[in-house]
Amino acid sequence: MATPLLEIRNATKIYGGGFLQRGNRIVALQNFSMTIPGQPAVITTVAGESGSGKTTLANAILGFISLTSGQILYKGQDISTLKGRDATMYRREVQAIFQDPYEVYNPFYRVKHIYDMVISHLNLGYTKEQARELIEQSLRVVGLRGEEVLEKYPHQLSGGQRQRVMVARAYMMNPKLIVADEPVSAVDASLRAMILDVMLKLRDELGVSFIYITHDLSTAYQIGDNIFVLYQGSIAECGRTVDVIERPHHPYVQMLIASVPVPDPKVKWGTLLEGVADETMRYKVESGCRFYPRCPHRMDRCLEAMPPLYPVGDHGQQAACYLFEK
Amino acid sequence: MSTQGTTLYPASTDRNGREVVLDVRNLRIHYETPKGDVIAVNGISFQVYKGEIVGLVGESGCGKTTAAMGILQLVPSPGRILGGEILINGRSWLGLSEKELRERRWRELALIPQGAMNSLNPVMRVREQIADAIVTHEGYQPKDQLKKRILDLFALVGLPPRVYDLYPHELSGGMKQRACIAMAIALNPPLIIADEPTSALDVVVQRVVAQTLLDVKERLGVSMIMIGHDMGLQAQMVDRIIVMYAGNIVEVTPVEPAFYNPLHPYTQLLISSIPSIKERKPLKITSGLTHDLRNPPPGCSFQFRCPHVMDICKRVPPAMIEREPDHWVACYLYGKEEKED
Amino acid sequence: MTESQVVQMPGAATPKPVRKINRWDNPWLNSKFLVGSGMVLFIVLLGVVGPLFWDTRLARVGSAELNLPPMGFTVEVDGIKYVGTPKHPLGTESNGRDMLALIITGAPMSLQVGVMAALIGMGVGIVLGSAAGYLGGWVDNIIRTVADSVITIPALAVLITISAYVRQIELSTMALILSLFAWPAPTRFVRAQVLTLRERGYVRMAQLSGVPPLEIMLKEMVPNMLPWIAASLSGNITGAILAASSLEALGLGPTRIPTLGMTIYYAIRAVAMLRGMWWWLGFPILTLTIIFVGFFLIATGLDEIANPRLRGVKS
Repeated sequence: MATPLLEIRNATKIYGGGFLQRGNRIVALQNFSMTIPGQPAVITTVAGESGSGKTTLANAILGFISLTSGQILYKGQDISTLKGRDATMYRREVQAIFQDPYEVYNPFYRVKHIYDMVISHLNLGYTKEQARELIEQSLRVVGLRGEEVLEKYPHQLSGGQRQRVMVARAYMMNPKLIVADEPVSAVDASLRAMILDVMLKLRDELGVSFIYITHDLSTAYQIGDNIFVLYQGSIAECGRTVDVIERPHHPYVQMLIASVPVPDPKVKWGTLLEGVADETMRYKVESGCRFYPRCPHRMDRCLEAMPPLYPVGDHGQQAACYLFEK
Repeated sequence: MSTQGTTLYPASTDRNGREVVLDVRNLRIHYETPKGDVIAVNGISFQVYKGEIVGLVGESGCGKTTAAMGILQLVPSPGRILGGEILINGRSWLGLSEKELRERRWRELALIPQGAMNSLNPVMRVREQIADAIVTHEGYQPKDQLKKRILDLFALVGLPPRVYDLYPHELSGGMKQRACIAMAIALNPPLIIADEPTSALDVVVQRVVAQTLLDVKERLGVSMIMIGHDMGLQAQMVDRIIVMYAGNIVEVTPVEPAFYNPLHPYTQLLISSIPSIKERKPLKITSGLTHDLRNPPPGCSFQFRCPHVMDICKRVPPAMIEREPDHWVACYLYGKEEKED
Repeated sequence: MTESQVVQMPGAATPKPVRKINRWDNPWLNSKFLVGSGMVLFIVLLGVVGPLFWDTRLARVGSAELNLPPMGFTVEVDGIKYVGTPKHPLGTESNGRDMLALIITGAPMSLQVGVMAALIGMGVGIVLGSAAGYLGGWVDNIIRTVADSVITIPALAVLITISAYVRQIELSTMALILSLFAWPAPTRFVRAQVLTLRERGYVRMAQLSGVPPLEIMLKEMVPNMLPWIAASLSGNITGAILAASSLEALGLGPTRIPTLGMTIYYAIRAVAMLRGMWWWLGFPILTLTIIFVGFFLIATGLDEIANPRLRGVKS
């Protein structure tokens, strides 16, 4: 069996909770496992609301934070042990697109600075002319021209243009994996389609896999192949996107899907959600299912231990809920 | 004793006999910049009737937030209202002194701003902030009456009575937002402007808060303007939709025709590009705002993106035409009337 | 086919008169910044251009008549009447030195000491502060502890002690001694800035692009700290000049070089005020005041330039 592109094994990240900080522990991510195959290229969605741990996951994959326990393996190697040329290779092959298209630019430099950085530091092996041509080509893919944007300062471009330049940069690197953290949340509806379309193009034509992190299930439904739905640090349900969204099994995921407003005035939400306690405040590690306070099907069983993932439906769909214990 | 049920001022009615709560006529707002005036709101006119929720949609830069701020008379400098008329329940809001505005705001017109939960004072209990609003506008209230009134407000928005003693940081995001709704309805205003009231909330909480707003509307008969760009939310909540583009209103329609029979090419574009959780379809690609708001082209502002652009579109802006009952559109595809200036 | 109806556009309200905003809204044309820069520039010019127009040898002991008041004044000193002359427009002092020459030579020296001490302090601050903020861990702990400790030491007392032992002081030595106490504040300040900037998106972007930490600090973070560094520098400079002048006024400065502070020292020692020679103390103090106020205005002006909200764009 071929080595998967990215393998996350039981990743756990706990903040605080040190020697002098009893009571301030936050379990951001708990026992998260996910595999992205080398082939074919897939778009894997990690969906969740605030506090679900999806941003922590993105930061861990990109190497900005280290895990409390568990491993992240890229092509079989633990990323926390990468050095020298292997580390450079990781930086080349794993790219990112972030949510805020303004923050990612250093306001002191012109827009082309983001390209200059990678050309200087990632040993791409291009001559100046080749690099320039590649930059132009990547900008064309997102509908921009070099002369429009490269010599300008970030504040002189619109939000949509800035985000497109970021996508172009990711495209130019020809990476194997792109971590896209809410890439279209801060962008207008008109550009959303274009950016998502570029993502699809990258997958189909260049074989780039994506980890698409979002809270918006509608766009996830449009472009995701697989989906992992997180709730307060753990996987609630995972499987093929069409399966999970059309036939959700986990009570939280069911509630989530039912709450997404359908853009059709004839299809209203239905009855008011009854008996749903408001979202709880963050709390310490506790055993048992995190969704217990809000779950309409809660049982005593659920408080004893965190439910593992049980198979539901077909095609490898799984839900972490004792309702599906065989 | 609350003022529930009492109209403070005689409302006006339109030609169909419906009560008009808000009447905006030819509102123009510019932002002055060293490089020329940005025409943010270019002469818009619309009405809001009693007991309805009107959605105000458009992409960023279309002027919807500026228009709302203009109605509230809270346009930040260097913005300036250049002309037009704003009537709430028949009384004009332009040309008032700051003192008069302060008295009228909150009693006639309340605001639920974006990220409202962050506008709660963290060192005051929630009940004190609501009490503040009431006492400032209505004068002294006996303590037990005030308490009952606040608890009634909490019940209206679905907050449990224990919130009475809590500070904002002890509430969740959804609860804070509902506290802000309670503050907005505290003086029973006829009109509330809600600027993306659920944007910072999770999907499930968003539904709860949105349903709270609908519930409040039903029970109090208050009218609302819901500004937003989430068309799904608009479909669930509003009775009519006003679509804006580049400072102009392009279409005003009841909610069902907006989604099933959009008339203006921009509205059609908007509707066709909504990703839905019910249907997987290829995403329609389009470009964003195309012209500099300082130099709008002569004629229709949508001409550069319109697939049906004609010669007349480039010369004179179209006027609003009532194509179907209550369904207005500004487009030469439906008639030849030109906009008077 | 429904009949179309056109909305009447009522010409009800007359547009309110529009007041044009100041098209000269260039942030750099800040009045405080300009006035402050003007004042400092004046002093600098005094030192640079002054020697071309005035004989600076008159600053040496015994070059002129003693105790002359400024031009146009007649003052009685020690019972003798003295009349000011245009030959010494600012007067002279009891050692025969011309006041104008003293100011022309002394002012730039005070500036020089201050600027040097502040620059050294800021330089050290940037290096140590960046390291502490970016690298964290034990590096941060050590630097922070040392900086915090040095701040608590009463600087003037230590400086007096050191100066008392180092008899032959040059300007550069003075600057070096002062910088011993000038570095902790910039270090803490830069550290705080780095801690904030470290989380910025563009720093993340640079990390993702393989840029090594040192380059990130210098090329990504420092340029974004420049406005605040500039403003902070103004404060440091005035602090250093004040410290230097204080030491000199106590007699602990360079004896061979006529700085402003040393002039004040001699004036105090000669009991100038009681004897009626107000100009001996007055002009050096006035010069120092111009320098301080100038830098203060520059700092405030820079603050307003960097922070548009303080500019209060009027409507």
